[in-house]
Amino acid sequence: MSSISFDSSLDPILSRRAAIQKIAASSIARRKVYSKVAISVCLLCLVVALIPLVAIITYVAAKGIPAWNADFFTQVTKPEGIPNGGVWNAIVGSLIIDGIAVAASVPFGILGGLFLAESDGPAAAAVRFSADILTGVPSITIGIFGYIVWVKTVGSYSGFAGAFAIAIIMLPVIMRAAETAIRGVPVTLREAGLSLGARRSTVARRVVLPAALPGLLTGVLLAVARGAGETAPLLFTIFGNQFFQANPTKAMEALPQAIYTYSSQPYNDLIQIAWGAALLLMVVILVLNVGSRLMAARLRRERR
Amino acid sequence: MTEPLTTPAHIAQSIGLTTEEVFVGHHAGAAKAMRLENVTVTFGGRAAVRGVTFDAYQREVTALIGPSGSGKTTLLRALNRMHDTVRSAAVTGTVMLGDTDVYGRSTDPTLLRSRVGMVFQRPNPFPTMSIYENAVAGLRFNGVRKKSLLDEAAESSLVAAALWDSVRDRLKVHASTLSGGEQQRLCIARALAVEPEVLLMDEPTSALDPIATKRIEELIGELKDRVTIIIVTHNMQQAMRVSDRCAFLLMGEDRTGELIEFNSTSKLFSEPDDPRTLDYINGRFG
Amino acid sequence: MAGGIFAVLLIAFVVAMATQAVPAFSKLGVSFLWGSNWDPAHNHFGVLPFAVGTIETTVIAVALAVPIGLGTALALAYLAPRRLRAPLSTAVELLAAVPSVVYGLWGLVAVAPLFRTTVEPQLTSVLGWTGLLGGPNQGVGLLLAGVILFIMVLPTMVAISRDVLAAVPHDQVEGAMALGATRWQVLRKVIVPGARVGLLGAFTLATGRALGETVAVALVIGNSAHLAPSLKANAGTIPSLIVSSFGEASGTQLNVLFAAALVLLVVGIGVNALARVFVRSVKRSGAASVTVA
Repeated sequence: MSSISFDSSLDPILSRRAAIQKIAASSIARRKVYSKVAISVCLLCLVVALIPLVAIITYVAAKGIPAWNADFFTQVTKPEGIPNGGVWNAIVGSLIIDGIAVAASVPFGILGGLFLAESDGPAAAAVRFSADILTGVPSITIGIFGYIVWVKTVGSYSGFAGAFAIAIIMLPVIMRAAETAIRGVPVTLREAGLSLGARRSTVARRVVLPAALPGLLTGVLLAVARGAGETAPLLFTIFGNQFFQANPTKAMEALPQAIYTYSSQPYNDLIQIAWGAALLLMVVILVLNVGSRLMAARLRRERR
Repeated sequence: MTEPLTTPAHIAQSIGLTTEEVFVGHHAGAAKAMRLENVTVTFGGRAAVRGVTFDAYQREVTALIGPSGSGKTTLLRALNRMHDTVRSAAVTGTVMLGDTDVYGRSTDPTLLRSRVGMVFQRPNPFPTMSIYENAVAGLRFNGVRKKSLLDEAAESSLVAAALWDSVRDRLKVHASTLSGGEQQRLCIARALAVEPEVLLMDEPTSALDPIATKRIEELIGELKDRVTIIIVTHNMQQAMRVSDRCAFLLMGEDRTGELIEFNSTSKLFSEPDDPRTLDYINGRFG
Repeated sequence: MAGGIFAVLLIAFVVAMATQAVPAFSKLGVSFLWGSNWDPAHNHFGVLPFAVGTIETTVIAVALAVPIGLGTALALAYLAPRRLRAPLSTAVELLAAVPSVVYGLWGLVAVAPLFRTTVEPQLTSVLGWTGLLGGPNQGVGLLLAGVILFIMVLPTMVAISRDVLAAVPHDQVEGAMALGATRWQVLRKVIVPGARVGLLGAFTLATGRALGETVAVALVIGNSAHLAPSLKANAGTIPSLIVSSFGEASGTQLNVLFAAALVLLVVGIGVNALARVFVRSVKRSGAASVTVA
């Protein structure tokens, strides 16, 4: 070893190193406590976020299950004071309205999805952008749009008007899901079809859509879950009807509408019906939602 | 007025020797910055690299070379406890940083990392911070608040990373505006600003063009007076150019990396002790 | 093009709403938008109290949702046990699937009494000095509406925040760790700033949802046409005004409701467009996919 040694306090780097290490060492305890506390707060936030879900599910179940009996599912709603009321009319109404809405939005949604999946130009970007905006527009404005365009034009509240509004809500959901599903179809499959001389539209119908079917179905389930729970659009379009009505050209009842109407009434038997309907609606929607998620997860696994 | 004799380069100059002769030429007495003893890294019970023993000397560049899969990067990341966040990972054996047992019970990994810096394969400056804030990020993490110390460290590290002259007028500009090579030099400055004792470099030029690579290589030579460097490289010419010693790793039959030979770079590349080293060098050099 | 239907729809929306709103403007000018007296029986149609109510409930909701949502998103992206992250994320997102009318019913019947007997008295004793909590404890009102809204917008905030936080490149995390940053410093100084544009998008989308929510708010806000003197007082929002007075409205009042809906629609489109731009830019630069609830 060379005999030259140097005083570390004179070397700016060594002295800075010593200073920094001193500060780091003296602050580490404080920094780690701070880190632990902040992380605990984040985890606490997660717990706080989960409380309402647990609370609402248990509460609605506790209140709703007692309302579920044979009358609840088979009788129409009755005015306060008259026993044995149910939501049969609302169940049928919801089925019809949401059924029409799905039937109307699926073809447009799939065509739109095909368009988005096949083209990447500014037109597709614009469509995607406006579809996204439509998803976020307050649903009450969609109800009012349905009122202006349908109810005012036709001259009466109707199941069709409600289905029209709900379809507008479902459409962007189906379209974006369709786009994802169609993009997931292997290019090789498409090219194989084209190389056999098939036309693009034929390939789309015979090859791409069948291959994308599970993904499309996932999107439809999600759209139904979204549309079936909407209340505000219905309030301006179907009017509500306490009698049985399966004719969609007439004013109809639907589950969300029934919940809204009865929950604001000061009668316990009607609020009881509202709880039963709320539980029914919530269970259906959560099942649809979880179902579509499970399907999507399975699809992703299979793709891998 | 003359500068006080402070850095090794100054000292070497003053007695008419090169820095190498003063420090590298006296292996027997040179201080060991980091010592590895029988270091094994396993993931989920399977060893990725096994039984590595060598020393990294102060004021030297130690290169880890070997084909891909030989565990160079895995080994390097064991030296600043970067495997701590991977739950399935386990490191056995001993790593000593000076007198500190890196995996000792009382050693805090966060504090350890302020003493062992790291530069990564791809430049990863913090894109939302300015050049200045990038340079002092490590100091701020470590609790340094004094403006004079921050400024001093920022300038010193940017000078050392050969970046000061080109960025001194735009320290407030976002780091993302720099070129790839400049970004990597900023990452080097960022690591140097904390004044670590050891700087780990994981293939620092693999994402850079040849000109940027050359500048980083020159930089490595200039930096070793300041910090002990351990560098992973898959490029043998680079290892020859920048390192004083080399550790050659190879994947064994059970797909676990092992240290084949540790030697001075000149010896390892001219007359290696192990025939496998020779094979690898010859294979690589055609 | 089938896709063009959306652009057409959006334009049709605004046009349809505007044609119905025009009579309100021609009869009343534009001043009713900031008039504070709502009394349809005497032809006073000031919607200011409802606009203020909308802003107040939204501010309460977002002020709660931003910190709690961000904390939750950080927990789901980086802090919770790995195995629990996906199921817990789903659980939080399911909150968004619960129909808003169910929130309203639950808020009115289950949460309002809790507010009346416990939350409001407690809060008043702690924060009464601010002067924001005067008047009787009645359960329904601005505060309850804000809190129910918070629960409703939380999943939006969490889902998008979690995605954009998780999309911050891992090499940034390692870079900070290697400098001696603590776990929290990595999150606070690198990950959150790195995701800030996307977080802004999440915040904006949550705000948009809160502004437009209708039935749940209508059920729990107490529907008053007066400027609320206290957070505990009854109030109204623009959506709750529309839904609660639509049934009996006719003539000018109906036109005013359409005008209010037009304002809501334009604000809704603007807020969402802004949010999508924010979230998009993250999607383009970040690697991970961003799912938007």
